[in-house]
Parts: sequence; structure tokens; C-alpha cells
Amino acid sequence: MTTAEIQFDESTTTPGGPLLEVSDLDVSFPSEDGRVRAVRGLSYQVSPGEVLGIVGESGSGKSVSSLAVMGLLPQQAKITGSIRFQGRELLGRSDRELSRIRGRKIAMIFQDPLSALTPVYTVGDQIAETILVHGKGKVTKQAAANRAVELLDLVGIPHAQQRAKAFPHEFSGGMRQRAMIAMGIANDPDLIIADEPTTALDVTVQAQVLEVMKTAQEVTGAGIVIITHDLGVVAGFADKLLVMYAGRAVESGVVEEIYAAPRMPYTLGLLGSIPRLDAEEKQPLVPIVGQPPSLVALPPGCPFGPRCPMHVAACDAAEPALSIVDGNAGSADPHRAACIRSSEISATDADPAEVFGAEVVEPPKVASIPREQREVVLSVDEVVKQFTVTKGVVMRRKVGTVHAVDGITFDIREGETLGLVGESGCGKTTTLMEILGLEKPTSGSISVLGRNVGKIPAKDKKAIRRDMQVVFQDPMASLDPRMPVSDIIAEPMLVHGFAKAEIQKRVPELLSLVGLRAEHAARYPAEFSGGQRQRIGIARALALEPKLVVLDEPVSALDVSIQAGVINLLDELKAKMGLSYLFVAHDLSVVRHIADRVAVMYLGKIVEIGDVDTVFGRPEHPYTQALLSAIPIPDPIKERQRERIILTGDLPSPANPPSGCRFRTRCFKFAALPEDKQRACLDEHPPRLRRGDDHEVACHYAEVREVV
Amino acid sequence: MTVNLNEGDSSGTTGAAGGGPVDAAVEPSKATGRGALIVRRFLRNKLAISGLIAILLLYAVAFISPLFSPYDYKFQDYGAFLQPPSPSHWFGTTQIGEDVFTQTMHGLQKSLTIGLLVALISTFVAAVVGSAAGYFGKWSDRTLMWIVDLLLVLPSFLIIAIISPSLRGENWLWFVLLLAAFNWMITARIVRGMTLTLKEREFVKAARFMGEKPWKIISKHILPNMASLLIIDGTINVGSAVLAETGLSFFGLGVQPPDVSLGTLIRDGTRASLTFPWLFVFSGGLLVLAVLAVNFVGDGLRDALDPSSKKGRAKEKKKRRAERDEAQEQPAAAEAGARKREDDDR
Amino acid sequence: MIGFLLRRLVNYVVLCLVATFLAFSLASLTFDPITKLRELNPPPPPSAIAAVEQSLHLDQPIPQRFFTWFSGVVTEGNFGETIVGAPITEELGRRMGISLRLFLLGTLVGVLLGVLLGVVSAIRQYKFSDYFATLYSFIILSTPVFLLGTLLKYGALQLNNATGVTVLKFTGEYTPGFEGSWWAMLLDRLHHLVLPTLTIALGQIAFYSRYQRSAMLDVLGSDFLRTAQAKGLSRSKALFKHGLRTALIPMATLFAFGFGLLITGGVFTERLFTWYGMGDWLLTGINEQDTNIVATVTLFTAVLVLVSGWLSDVLYAALDPRVRV
Repeated sequence: MTTAEIQFDESTTTPGGPLLEVSDLDVSFPSEDGRVRAVRGLSYQVSPGEVLGIVGESGSGKSVSSLAVMGLLPQQAKITGSIRFQGRELLGRSDRELSRIRGRKIAMIFQDPLSALTPVYTVGDQIAETILVHGKGKVTKQAAANRAVELLDLVGIPHAQQRAKAFPHEFSGGMRQRAMIAMGIANDPDLIIADEPTTALDVTVQAQVLEVMKTAQEVTGAGIVIITHDLGVVAGFADKLLVMYAGRAVESGVVEEIYAAPRMPYTLGLLGSIPRLDAEEKQPLVPIVGQPPSLVALPPGCPFGPRCPMHVAACDAAEPALSIVDGNAGSADPHRAACIRSSEISATDADPAEVFGAEVVEPPKVASIPREQREVVLSVDEVVKQFTVTKGVVMRRKVGTVHAVDGITFDIREGETLGLVGESGCGKTTTLMEILGLEKPTSGSISVLGRNVGKIPAKDKKAIRRDMQVVFQDPMASLDPRMPVSDIIAEPMLVHGFAKAEIQKRVPELLSLVGLRAEHAARYPAEFSGGQRQRIGIARALALEPKLVVLDEPVSALDVSIQAGVINLLDELKAKMGLSYLFVAHDLSVVRHIADRVAVMYLGKIVEIGDVDTVFGRPEHPYTQALLSAIPIPDPIKERQRERIILTGDLPSPANPPSGCRFRTRCFKFAALPEDKQRACLDEHPPRLRRGDDHEVACHYAEVREVV
Repeated sequence: MTVNLNEGDSSGTTGAAGGGPVDAAVEPSKATGRGALIVRRFLRNKLAISGLIAILLLYAVAFISPLFSPYDYKFQDYGAFLQPPSPSHWFGTTQIGEDVFTQTMHGLQKSLTIGLLVALISTFVAAVVGSAAGYFGKWSDRTLMWIVDLLLVLPSFLIIAIISPSLRGENWLWFVLLLAAFNWMITARIVRGMTLTLKEREFVKAARFMGEKPWKIISKHILPNMASLLIIDGTINVGSAVLAETGLSFFGLGVQPPDVSLGTLIRDGTRASLTFPWLFVFSGGLLVLAVLAVNFVGDGLRDALDPSSKKGRAKEKKKRRAERDEAQEQPAAAEAGARKREDDDR
Repeated sequence: MIGFLLRRLVNYVVLCLVATFLAFSLASLTFDPITKLRELNPPPPPSAIAAVEQSLHLDQPIPQRFFTWFSGVVTEGNFGETIVGAPITEELGRRMGISLRLFLLGTLVGVLLGVLLGVVSAIRQYKFSDYFATLYSFIILSTPVFLLGTLLKYGALQLNNATGVTVLKFTGEYTPGFEGSWWAMLLDRLHHLVLPTLTIALGQIAFYSRYQRSAMLDVLGSDFLRTAQAKGLSRSKALFKHGLRTALIPMATLFAFGFGLLITGGVFTERLFTWYGMGDWLLTGINEQDTNIVATVTLFTAVLVLVSGWLSDVLYAALDPRVRV
């Protein structure tokens, strides 16, 4: 053992000194086009017990910088600067030395726990390994296994003893992430780095995981670095915040300060681009134009310059330093921003919409006509969809039936947007595919523009397809990469027999309609950014001038700043073309922003439906309340005062749903009821009852509870 | 200025200019289209380039040089039996005075042509069968895959060996068909697998929801999107077809006399290989060279065409790691979304 | 899981049956054993020819002939007779032993060394050893087995000539007339095994190492390997415990395919080294237009392919908990 190793074995924290001190960190990688400078001159500190949030979009260098701390970057990476942990330099240490610190002093929780856990070992074994690897000779295998079970229990995994023997693929996403956290805290580390720990999880599960993170911090007293792209997630959790852009910190300081008074236009834009759940009336969304610069050959000047509404000539002279903003000189954790015009922002205290010039899109004319008098575009009546579950590859046999959708009813009128929300597995996508597939459902009926799709002959279906188009979630996957944009947009018109000349005229029109240029027609999808690709998808959907557009999570794969632009476009097109939307999403904030009505689904049933303001403002179903309460609000003060309803466990399997009310197994209200009142929930499925003008709830004990 | 046009406007300037294959544009690639990128990646692979040159040269030599040779491949020089290489007989002569050079060139011609034809036919069959099985699923999938399994169980050389004696005297193209009939199964399986994935891709779903007909979807969306796989597999199939042909010919079960292929030449040569090495060294060497070159090209194509393939990916590992935080976050989010959706469908 | 494997097995048995039937029919259709018999020198008496015609049931339709033959196989383990009247079953046992010895040893050496080479090659990517391994695989995979075997024989001859002793043997699977203790007999057989095994194993090593390399490279960039390191495992330990273990999974599926290649290569190898195994028998059978031999060898190879396919399934299930349902 070298002396360095011995030193790390002792607890050598200098009292009061920072736990982690990163200064002037530079990371670059070789690439086909030259060196990618992923992190440029990054400095930050984390004190013991402190939570630092690092926020940035894709490509901002936030993950690379934390991997550098762990010493887990590939060998090709060139790292300079200094990373000091508990006063000792980490850069330049050998793998052997670092491996004694990793997992014991510094733990890391990765994004996407499915690929981050080894598929061939049980979860319990993998957690126990963390303990064994650092406790050689001191810990027995049995002791480590027992500790692993304790840890799983601590992070809230039910029946930990048995679940420890399960393999990662047998866990749900939320449970895997919890197992990752259990692994992270196994050796009581001093620093935990969490890289997007809640991305790709459902809001309810995200709330659970954040809660576990808080527990983990209480138990270990560790400093935490949490990396995220979601300003909402860190608002209630972090003490300090660091905003990264193009490999650099562009704003840093205490959380409350930054959310209340951002001093860098980028942060301002980011905050303005998030639809707010707590917005009483429709707020304009701020789209940040363009996309982050290439990190291969950065031009001089502020890297945000080309996208900045406040850009002036002086911005291009040199990259602005991260300097203390006005009125913060004396504070211990000064608010810093990298903008030469930050003092102007301080002086005017402008809000994002003003700076970025965003406006609320006017509602369509048809919206002024009362709902009942408008045409019904889509009507879904008691639709049931069953899947048979089969087993075996060679000879399939039926093992059960899944009621993926179990009797749902709703309609959409002209010029209206219905948001369909719920957790993964609730049957949203099945509902959507049922509607789009134009097949006869297992039972019930679907009518598009008054025509029952189950009863019309096959040739008439083509006509219905014309009136109903779809925009998919993933802009990478929804456009054929081998086709130029013009062919992609022309495809539906070709299928529906448009004349060549007509198509040639329509393509540029459609492109300009979605804010692209005519000359883009000759390019391939790969040449566009995610937001642009989604616009192409929208143009394709509009080519046949449909009445109804089905939007399947159209913005969830996009960065927040891009997301806002697409939402605004959808809003505007709706007004312009009198479209109706069926908007499927798991992000309730987006739904609140864009939808007129909302339907909340749980395990194949609609539990609450009504107009957006009622459902969000005065939710009556406990599930809706829990969903809404789980959504973080990008406002640290509000966020800390909120009382969260944390749902326990995961969605039950739709193959074997609970008796009576399907939600009762996770319902906080049910749990609090006296036994005689629970009977109703156990035996009887609650009917959907009218609770207001446009508000129906399916709960035996519905009552209003404000949660936002 | 309307809000939503902001991003669109800029797309003409910053947006599109930075439009690399992935969003955050690590690559500036102003004009680097896909084609240019592939060519660049391929050209960087020295082995693949030398392989390509070698194949072209072999073809050229095989077809052109006999034109200049004074001998026919059946010609027997009664004045020169078993002569080692000399200026008049570059590769020497055989026991009955045939010119080894002319024979080798003729054999090379035959072997290369057979290889190319077999690869073309079998890749085409694989594409049709594999995509049909994958796209239509259900009973057509089960039937087709059962046939594939059966053909894989039947040792192909056995069937060819049984049939080929009765092809004696027939056109050698029959032999090509026979080889192709046993060379498409593995590729078909891969094509089927890819079709299953592509079928769930949203652009295929979009086409379906538009009302496009199934075979049109296959020909317009599915097959073009695995063009790289087909090209790579086609190339590699050339190599395996040449090996299969020469192997069978070696045992007298393939190309029949008086026609010659590299396989028959090697067989004739090895009988006396220990004392008269020139009889088989040239044909053997050219055979290995040809197949090696084809394999190098196939490998290079894989790297260039299919960056997601294992080897290609590994080569770009450094870059990818760099992009992990940078560019890949977005697709990752999309993947996560896709996974969600799968959960949803369950 | 067990149920799944059983169902797979049933499917394989059906495939075996159909494959054998096809080969039998094809052989019966194309072969003309009587002509072959008449051409023998000295020509057999007409009564003998008639007897053969009788015993081969040439007057019956092919499915019936197959049924007769196959029911003999199933009920009495009797594979019929060759056209010159020798019982096949007896020879089958001897030849099977010879072939299996070669195949199993070749596979064992090939898999072990192939996996090892692939792993080394992946870990030392773009270093000398990787380039060496890659080049080796490419050259071997581009060289037909018959040529490889010929070259090895040629090399062995040169070696023997140079040293003046028989360092390597390349004819037959044992020395005819060799007498000695059990131990000496074994040594003699091993001595004969070296070159043929090498001929087969070289190709297998090349095959498996290519795939192991890419599987390993895939794993090298994986998130779980990073997690293992983040837990505090050193890189080499993480590579071994988490990386290699996971990278072995795709090898299981390849096993069936690799074994198929080996069978084809085995036929050529046996012929080259004058081993009287199954492959040699097949070529003999075709030359002599003997349907029963061909059908027997087909059944043998089909069973081998399917056993390897089934083993591959079992291995896969054993290695990957995700498929254990």
C-alpha cells in the first residue's frame, strides 16, 4: 500500500474545507473532425452535506465533468486542471488508487439503470459486491448479502429479502434506480454524484426516487452533485446551482437566487421555456432559437451569442468570464454569471418572455362557439382492448389476457385539444394505436367524424386515414432516414393519389407552414436537429389537411429549449387550421399548457376527465392529485413548501388488476379509510360520475384537494 | 415576430449549418452528406482499399490476360511436360503439358464469376424471404423460418454433392443456382431480425397509418434501410461462395471437367504438390488472395456503412464517449421514451 | 424454461426426420446403383445384381423405401446394408467414433483458444496483438480447409524430412499393425490426431475469436462496466467479472453455427488425412451411389447439428438470466 492510499483510508476531511474542489477543468476528446472540447475551464466546489445541482442541455459537458471526477473517462480523453477530493488531488492517480476511493468515498448513480446494471448477476449480489470489494477480509459474504437486503429495504423496495435475488431485468425502472442508489450509499460515501437519476422515469416514480435521494443524503450526510436537464427536479433539492453551456459554467450561485433572478440570458430562456404547472392562466413559452454550438471549433466570443436575443457586437469579442453579478460581491456564495450584459438584466429585472419576445398564441375562432355545438371529431365509446399473453417461442400457448384498455369513453370536438395522461403502462399508447389502427376494438366503438370505424368497408378506411394523421414521439425514428424531406412530406399525398404538380406545390408550402425553408426539401432527416425533425413530422401530418391530429408524446424527446418552439408551433397551427388534437403525454405541465381538456388514465381506465383548469386546479381523484403533486415546479421556494403525495410501489400488472377500484393498492385515501368504508373500493369499480360542468371523476370518495 | 418561427428562421443559418447526424452537432459537417462520410470512412481503411484494388486487379487479370496468352486453357504443349515456371510458361506446365498460367486465369475467372453470381442471387433471396417473414409475421414467418432451419440442418455440401454428379455436362449456371440455394439462410435470418425492429420504427408505422400497402412499405422503407447490411452481407457472401465452390470442386463435386475452377486446379495440383509445387501454389495463392481481399472489403464496408455495427462502433468509441454527454443524450431520451412505450404496450 | 427446451427438442427431432427423408429421397432419385454395380470389374453375376435390386427395394416408391429403412433404424437400430451387402450399423459405430473424436477435440480447442484470443484482442485493441489476431483470423477464414490441410501436410513433411524423424503424422488415424500397451496405443492415436485437429481448430479459433472480440468490445463500452468500476472494482477485475461473463452470452448462440461449419470442414479434413470417418464415408457413398450410406450420414450430421443447436439453447439459457422465463 502506498502512502497515498493510506491517507485516503483515513478520514482526512479538513474541517470546513470543501469536500470536492474542481478547478479549471478541461476535458477534450479526439474525434473525426478534430478535438472536441467537452469541458472548458470548469470550476466548482461542494462542501460536506451540500447539494449542488448541475443543469444543462444535451452536449453541455455536465456528464463528462462528473465522469472526470470519478476517473472513468476513456483513455483518449485529455484532462487538465485539478480535481481535489478532501484536499487531495485525484487527477493523475492510477486506476488501482482510484478504485479504492470509488464506491467507498465517492459513489456515482447513473442514468438508465437498465444498462448500468450487469444483466447476469442478481441485484443483491451486485450491491453486496460493492461492500465486499472494499471490505476484503473484514466482511463475510453473508454479512454483505444481509447488508444488501437492508439497503434495498432502506431505499423502499418491498420484500427486499426476495427481491435481492431478482435480476435487473425483473425490476421496474424505478426499482432499478433505487437499487442503483442502494449501491451508491452502501459504503456510506462522502460524496454522491447522481447523473440524471430520474430521467426516463415516470413523474410518480421520479418523486419517489427524489425522496429516496433525500433519505440517502440524510443517512450518509454526503455531499451530492446532481446532474440534470430538468430545472424542476433540482429546484426543491439542490442548495447551489451551476448552469452549464457549451462545456462551461455560465451561471452559478444559490438556488433561490438563480431561480428568482437569473442573470444570464440562457438561464433566463431555460426558465421561460418550461411550461408551468402552477400557471393560473396561459403563459407564453420561450423558445431558444438554434442549437448549441459545435465544440470542435468554437468561434471566439460568447458561445450563446448566436442564440441570444440580447446579442450585441461586443459579445463576439471574447468569451465572457464567470463573474460576480451586481450586488453580490460580499456574499459567501456569490451569484455569478458569464454575460457582459448581466448588469442590464439586473437593472431591468426583465422576465424571459420580454427578453425573448414570446407571446401567447391566440385561441382559435371556433373556440368561442360553445363546446356542445361543435362537431364531434373523434368519439371513443366504451372501448376495450385485450391482448392475449403468450408464452414460448416455438409453440405458443395462451397464458392470460391483458385488459390494456378497459372501457374508456371520451370525445374530441372541433378545434379542441384533449390531453391523455398517465404513467407508462396505463394504456395510453394502446388507446392511441387502437384509434390509429382503424381496427374493430375487442368491444365498444370508435368513430372518426361520425363514422364508426368498425362498421365501414376497408376501402372507406383510406378516406378516414386522410382526416386523421399522427405525429410520433421520436423525431429520429419517425422519419425514414433514407428519404429526402420532400419525399417524406409527399408520401401521404402520393398514397392518397394527389397529382404530381399538386404535390410539388404543396411541399414548399407545408415546409414554410412549420417554419422551415423550401430549400430544406432536398436534405435528409439526419441533417436536421431534433426540433426541426419534429417540424418535418408535423408538416407530413398536415399534408392531407386532416381534421384530427394524434400527437404521441410529440415533445418528450426534445430538449426543453427546443420543446417550447414545437409547442408554440402546434398551438399556432391549431388556431390557423382549425385542427383538433389528441395529445398523449406523460408531462402534465406540457398538457396544462396546450390542452383544453384532459383525461387521466390509470390501468386502462379513465379516472378523471374534464377541462384543464378544473382538473389541474381542483383535482378530485386521488390519483390525479398524486400525479400533479409529483411534478416538480421550477421554483425553489414554492417547491420546498409543497406537501408531496408520494405514491407507493409501481403500477400493478394489467394482466392481473386489483379488484374493485384499480387504484386502491396505491391509494393514500384508501389506506386512510376505516375498514367499513374500504369495502366499496375493494368490491366495486367506481363509476365515472359528473362532478361539475365539464368534470367527471371515478372515485367513491372523490373530494377536492389542491396540490399544485 | 411570431414566436414559433424563431427556431425555423435560424434553422437556415445556425441550425442547418450545424446539422450533423446527431443533434448537438459535434460534427460541423457543413456539407458532409451521408455518402461523403461513408466514402471518407471507407477510404481511411487501408486494408479495405487494398482489398478493393486487389479484387479489381484480379478480375482484370483473369479476364484480360488470357487474351494475350498464346495458349488456350485446354491446349497441351507436347514439348513441355511438368516444366517449372519459365518465360514461355509463366506458371509452368502440367503432367500433360497444359499451361498452368492460362489454366489458373481461367479457373480464377470461373471461381470469381460463380462467387459473384451466387452472392447476388442468395442476397436477393435472403432479402425477400427475410423481410417477408419479418413483416408479415404469423404463419408466413413460421413457415419461412422453418424452411430456413431445415436448410441449415441439411448439410448443404451433402445435397450439392448428391445432385452435382447428375449435373455433369449441364451448364455450370445450374451449379451457381445450387450454391445460391444453400447460401441465403443466415442472411435471411438477419434480415428478418432487422425487419422486426424496423417494423416497429415509427416511420414504418407512419406509412402504415397513411394507408401504404405492405409490399410497398417493404420495398420503400424497410429494404432501403437495411441496404448497408445487404451490401455487407452480399460482399461477404462472395467470399463464402468462392470457398464453397472451390471446396466442392476440389472433391470433384462442383465444376466438372473439361471446365476448370481454382478448386479443380488445386486438386489436380496437390497430388504432386510435394514435388511440383508450381502446380498448386499459384491457384492456391490466388484463391486465398481473392477471398481475403473480398473479406477486407466487406469488413471495410461494415465500418463505413454501419457505424452502429460492433466493429465500427468500437473504432469510434473514443468519439462516442465524447459524445455520450454531448450528442447522445437526446437519442438516449428518445430510447427511454421508446422503452416507456413498450411498457405501455405490455 | 425446461418446457421450452423440451419443445425445442421436439422441433429439432422433427427437423431431423424431414432432413433425413429429403436426403434419402434425393439420393434415391439421382443414384443409379445398379448401373454402378454392373460396371464393377469383374462384373457380378446377374443373380447378385437381382439380389441387390431386391434388397434395395428399388421397385418400391421412395417414401415406402424410406419408411422401411427408417423403421429399421428406429426399431432395431439397423441402418440397412450397403449396395455391396455390408451391414452399415457395424461400420457406423467405428466411423462415428473416429469423426466425433476429431470434431469434439477441434471444437474444444477452437472455442477455448478462440475466446481467449478474442478477449486479448479486444482488450488490447489497436495494439500489435490485436492486429496480429485480426490478420490471423482473416487469413485463416479466407483459406479453404482443404488448402489449409494440404499446406499443413506439406509443412509436416518438410519438418519430418528436415529432422529425419516422424515428428508429425498425416496419414490415417492410427498406425496400421501397431502393437503395444494400451498407453502406447493411445499415444499413437494422439500422435495422429495432432494435424487433423489443428486443421479444424485453426478455423474454429479464427471464427470464435472474431465474434468474441466484437462481443467484448461491445461490453467494453457498456454502462454496467462503468458501474462496476464506479463501485470500486479495478478495471481488470471489472473486465473479467462483469465484462467477460456478459460477453460470453452471444458465443452461446454462435456455437450452433460454428459447429455446422466444423462439420463441413471435418469432411474435407478426414479425406485429406485419410481418416475413415463419417465424412469420408459420405464421399464414398456418393461415389458408389449408395442411398443407405448417404441417408445414414445425413441423419448423423443432422443429429449433430441439432444437438449442437440444442446445446446452444441450453448454454444460452444458462448464461443469460434474461431468457430464463
